[in-house]
Amino acid sequence: MNRVVSYSAGLVLAFALTLTAFSLVLAHVHHAPSALSSPALIAIVLVLAMVQLAAQLYFFLHLGQDKESRWNTTLFVFTFFGILVVVLASVWIMGHLNYNMTPAQMNQYFQDQSTF
Amino acid sequence: MIAAAEHEAEKASKTYFLFWTYLMTDLLMFAGLFAAFAVLRRSTFGGPGESEVYNLPLVLAETIILLASSYTAGLAVYFANRGRLKVVMGLLYATAVLGASFLALELSEFASLIREGNAPTRSGFLSSYFSLVGTHGLHITAGLLWLVILLVFLAKRGLRGSMIRKITLFSMFWHFLDIVWIFIFSIVYLMGVSL
Repeated sequence: MNRVVSYSAGLVLAFALTLTAFSLVLAHVHHAPSALSSPALIAIVLVLAMVQLAAQLYFFLHLGQDKESRWNTTLFVFTFFGILVVVLASVWIMGHLNYNMTPAQMNQYFQDQSTF
Repeated sequence: MIAAAEHEAEKASKTYFLFWTYLMTDLLMFAGLFAAFAVLRRSTFGGPGESEVYNLPLVLAETIILLASSYTAGLAVYFANRGRLKVVMGLLYATAVLGASFLALELSEFASLIREGNAPTRSGFLSSYFSLVGTHGLHITAGLLWLVILLVFLAKRGLRGSMIRKITLFSMFWHFLDIVWIFIFSIVYLMGVSL
């Protein structure tokens, strides 16, 4: 694909995805009883972000366009999974810690420990 | 002669791959900052929360500006490969102006937050917010410095093989920053007011 076409398509796509995400959220914020529930809205925003990620990787960074950049794509996929682990595992662990360190939970723990 | 050109191309492709590897490690660092933000976004310590603090229209403007600058940077690489020095310098200059505008808007955001008493030290939420968005801003600043140096070199030496490589590396860095910004505006700002 011609590079100018690539950059221009990427610009238009990214612009459209950005505007969609912002409009949905701003509409939700300004009309309190909105059609979209909070979790659904967040899910849609995240999906739009992922699509824009793919669009920018392909149209701007040409990942997947040349045969030579195969390893670049591989590295990115590897990093992506690394990121998933770092973020999801942190949130999971910190969430559990947050719960387990409350006074009620800690008292329960001491009680459980004392019965040997 | 052909061997020399092939050698140049191979050297370039290795350089780009190495730089791409660095960008992946940088991405992992941002992931850590994102994780910290995810954990701390509700720790407002009696201070203001996300909906009180974010200025979404401003963030939309910042996003569009950065997106446009990523476009001009990409085009600069295209024209550099075609030897169009004046066009390249114009496009890089446009990238710099857009990047500086983005930074100015972001700094005004930070300044008004701090003026209201919502400094990074106010709460865990604000600490993690300033760390994440501030680190991105620092990267943008470094990129702007890089741009200035590129423009000076281009003015003095014009377009040669090594300059084309340098411009390509810069644009990889700049595209990478726009990609990180996608997640900042989606996860920090858009999610922040929707939670």
